[in-house]
Order: sequence, then C-alpha cells, then structure tokens
Amino acid sequence: MKLALFGGLYSNYLALGSAIADAQQRNVDAVYCLGDLGAFGPYPDRVFPLLQQHNILCVQGNYDDSIGNELNDCQCGYTDPKDNYFAQISYDYTLANTSDQNKLWLRELPKEIRLQCDGLNILLCHGSPRRTNEFLWESTTSPAFLNRLAGEHDADVIVGTHSGIHWQRELNHGRQYVNVGVLGRPENDGNRNVWYAVISTGKDATPGALLCSVRDLSVPVSVEFIPVRYDHHRLATEMQSERLPDEFLQTVLNGWWTTCLEILPSRERRAGQY
Amino acid sequence: MSVSDVTSTPEIELRSLDELWFQVAGTVCNLTCNHCFISCSPQNHSFEFLSYEEVNAALQESVEHGVREYYFTGGEPFLNKELVRMLKRTLNFGPATVLTNGTVLKKEWLEELKTAEAESGFSLEFRVSIDGPTADINDPVRGDGTFDRAITGVALLCELGFLPIITMTQTWDDSENLQILESFRTVLKTHGCDRPRLKILPRLKIGAEEKRTEGYQQTERITAAMMQDFDRNQLLCHHSRVVTNRGVYVCPILLETDNAKLGKTLNEALGSFPLSEGACYTCYQFGAICTNSTLRPLESAE
Repeated sequence: MKLALFGGLYSNYLALGSAIADAQQRNVDAVYCLGDLGAFGPYPDRVFPLLQQHNILCVQGNYDDSIGNELNDCQCGYTDPKDNYFAQISYDYTLANTSDQNKLWLRELPKEIRLQCDGLNILLCHGSPRRTNEFLWESTTSPAFLNRLAGEHDADVIVGTHSGIHWQRELNHGRQYVNVGVLGRPENDGNRNVWYAVISTGKDATPGALLCSVRDLSVPVSVEFIPVRYDHHRLATEMQSERLPDEFLQTVLNGWWTTCLEILPSRERRAGQY
Repeated sequence: MSVSDVTSTPEIELRSLDELWFQVAGTVCNLTCNHCFISCSPQNHSFEFLSYEEVNAALQESVEHGVREYYFTGGEPFLNKELVRMLKRTLNFGPATVLTNGTVLKKEWLEELKTAEAESGFSLEFRVSIDGPTADINDPVRGDGTFDRAITGVALLCELGFLPIITMTQTWDDSENLQILESFRTVLKTHGCDRPRLKILPRLKIGAEEKRTEGYQQTERITAAMMQDFDRNQLLCHHSRVVTNRGVYVCPILLETDNAKLGKTLNEALGSFPLSEGACYTCYQFGAICTNSTLRPLESAE
C-alpha cells in the first residue's frame, strides 16, 4: 500500500494542486489530508473543490473545528501574545471568507482516520492522537512518550502534522511516528518549497525500509518526504491583494517564518532566521 | 450537585506523566529572593541536592511511564556539581529544561552542554529568572547586584548559541506589562540576545512572598464548581511529578505543603491530589506556569 499524506494546507491551493499532481505521478493508492485547511493564505474556499474532486479524505484539524463551528479563534494552542496577534489576523480573514457550505463540510470531518495497511494499524491525526492541537516537535518529544502514545492508541504508525516541520522517529518494534510537515507554508529553512510524505507498506515499501514487527507480523514500512515546488510568487501576490500581513508574504517569498515563533522550542527556533 | 459539592475541594488525578521534574538543588540557592515561594537560600537545607545516581534511576524509571520531557530546578541547579553530568545523561532520554538564576554559569559547563545538546537532537532550554528589565526593579527582590550578574549569564548563553527564556515574576501593575516586555527586549538586544524570549509569571503568595506582601485569602481556592468545563491540562499536577531527595512530590511549588509528598518512588506517586492550596488557585488562573509553553495571557496583544 502506498499513501500520500498531506499536512496543513493553510489555504495554499497552489501548493495543494502541485502536491496532488506529484502524488498522482507516484501512483499512490490514496491521498489523505491531516487537517488545517485554512489559515495564513488567500481565498480559503479554493482548496475545497480540489480535495473533493480528488476524493481526498481529511482529518479535522483545530482550524477546521474552529471555522466549521465559527468559534472565536483558531485553537492553534499558541500561548504568547505575539503569536496570537498574527494568528487572529489570519483566523478572522479565513472565517470571513469561507462559505457556509464549506463550513458545514469542515464541521463534519472526523477527528482521526484509522487505516489497515498490510495488517498494520495506521493512525492519521492532526496534532497528536490524544489532542488535536498538541504540538509534537522533534526536539521536545522523547521516544518514550511516542511509544506510550502508540501503545495507548493502538497504532503501529502514527501520522500527524500541526507543528509545520516534517520529521520522523523510529519507535519500539519498528513502529514509527511521522510528522508529514505542511503544504501551507515553507519550513523555516530558507527554502520556498513545502513538504508532504509518502508512506509505503508491504511490497510497495522502498528497499531498506524499516521492518515493523508487531503481533505476528513483520511488515516493511518506508517513509519518504517529498519537497513540493509551486508558484509561490503568485501566492504572495494574491495574499497581498487580499491585504494579508506583509510578514506572511515574506515567509512565502523567503522561506523563513516571521510570525508564530514563540511556540518554537529553541532548537527549531535557532534553525530559522528570526 | 449540592451546595457542599460545589464548594468542596476537588481532587485532580494524574492524566499521564508527561513531565518529570528534578528538585536537583533542593532548597539551596546562592540567592535569597524575598519572593521565593519555597524560601530558598544558602542556609535552607529543607531539601538537599539530588545525586547523579538518584537522577539516573528516575530517568530509567521514567521510560515505562512515557515521560516526554525533563525539568531541573532548585534552589539554584548549577550549585549541584553533578548537574552538567545529569543533563548530559538526560539528553539521551529526551529534552531538558533548567530553571536557573543565571548568576553562577561557567563557560566550560555551557560549552560541554552545547556539544551534548547538538549530539542528542533534543532541545536543552535555559529558563533564567530575572524579575524586570532594570536593576531598580530586579535587585530589591533578588538582591543587590543580581541583575548585572544574571544579565552576564544570559549574554554568555546567547554567545554560545542558546536561546534562553527569561522569566519575570510580576511585581508591577498589569498595565505596565507591555512596556516592561518592550523595555526588556531592548536591554537583551544590547547584550547580544537578538531573539529574546520573555515570559511574565504571577507571584505565588507562599513562602518568602507571603512574608514580603501577603498570603492567599481563604476565598482564593479552587472549588468543585470551578472545575466544571475547565481544561485540567492547564494544571501541572495533571501531567507532572517532582523527584526530590525526600521523595516524589505533586508539583515544584508545593514542597512545603504537608500532603504534597505522594510517595517515595514514582510508582507510589501516581495517585490523585486535592487542589486545596492557595497556590493551586494561581495555577488555575494562569495555567501551568512552570512549563515552557505556558505564560500569562495578556488582555491586549501587541
């Protein structure tokens, strides 16, 4: 089985289109999105027809719960006023520009999706299996903690997004945690591309795949992170015409995060410019 | 729910052991801050240093509990000469945070830790307590000359590439918060900290602070009614425990509270706890103030 897993879209319909085309070329069996369809980018209604035309099932992220239910804020989980200031600007814009029909669609998305692939339990969630808006950063998440989550939630592979930077970790018995990154904005590394992941199991796994040995199974699982290029100049121009903050445009154009930085652990913060 | 149920003291269970704290310097500190909630000082040996072996044993035990991250506090953790070794060991298990007053840091220790952090892949965070952007605000609380000494420590951390979090206990009016933050950012930039991370923390009106100002009123308690629809994750005791030389405690704030010791070992300390203290009320109001990701929400954002 070969799956394409998309993280937060943040209204970046241009990157979504590029990622769908890329996944099709790789002959994946299915494409899933892990939630946070809106935020940050322009014209939030434009991701919906793409997702629906291509039968992409979605997990409900915190943003989708908020927009779908017209809550007061995005529930992103930021705790610093500097982070929340910019988060609120994009939330207010997204809420005002999402159609009622799409809000209804968001409201009905599941909190998680469980798949069986070659006998393995794959759990698709947004933040963590136990909390939609929990940030799982590579530098502040111990293997012991992820092993506990995998056990408590009966998952051989946990797949999430939310924090915006892709990473993976091998757990006991060849189980894995995979953060697929996001299609919505670049990864705070000075590059303009965004990321998604392809997870392959069984005969579709790539050579050298990790063996997941659980129950009476021993199934290879490979994880590939895919960089996606898209017309980021066009996205920035459209964000500008929608009067979104210049700080957001700079991230799209330069690949460095300029906002919502206070939530970052020191290691991820130091990797960026701001 | 009857009236007595509504006003009764609620119990809080341990959801899961996400953070493990080490009272690594006990209550021993080189400073005698007059707002310290556990009255730490050079003479306070109510709690003593933890040994490397005690920390290592708890780290091993923590794996089966699925602990996510580790915190080191005191007193002043760097008074414990085993601290660097303990932190290096901890970074084999997961991320670590040290709560320090920044006044006794040595470059060779930090260089060693910098290398260990880089090799581990985890974050090593330093939280430095400085109670305001000037000596005039800080020193009356923390002692003469402590502002300059702590800023020197912060500058050293920044020079070595760490991004310290500065925590300030608020001894001023709410209306001054934004100005204080802005002023502190400016000060830190002049000391080589180009990405200042700042948090304002509420006063905890116990220990020395109770003598300096006032204690909690009897009305400042969490009631069962207040816990309805409240996100329990906001309370540290819902997901943390503290290892001390005298056993395992419910949280790093209530060390001097009679029933806060829950057991000799981690496994004995997984039970529930009554939220009966005034300090619990502060935690309820402001969120788990001791962890890195939480700080006091401000009414007006910048």
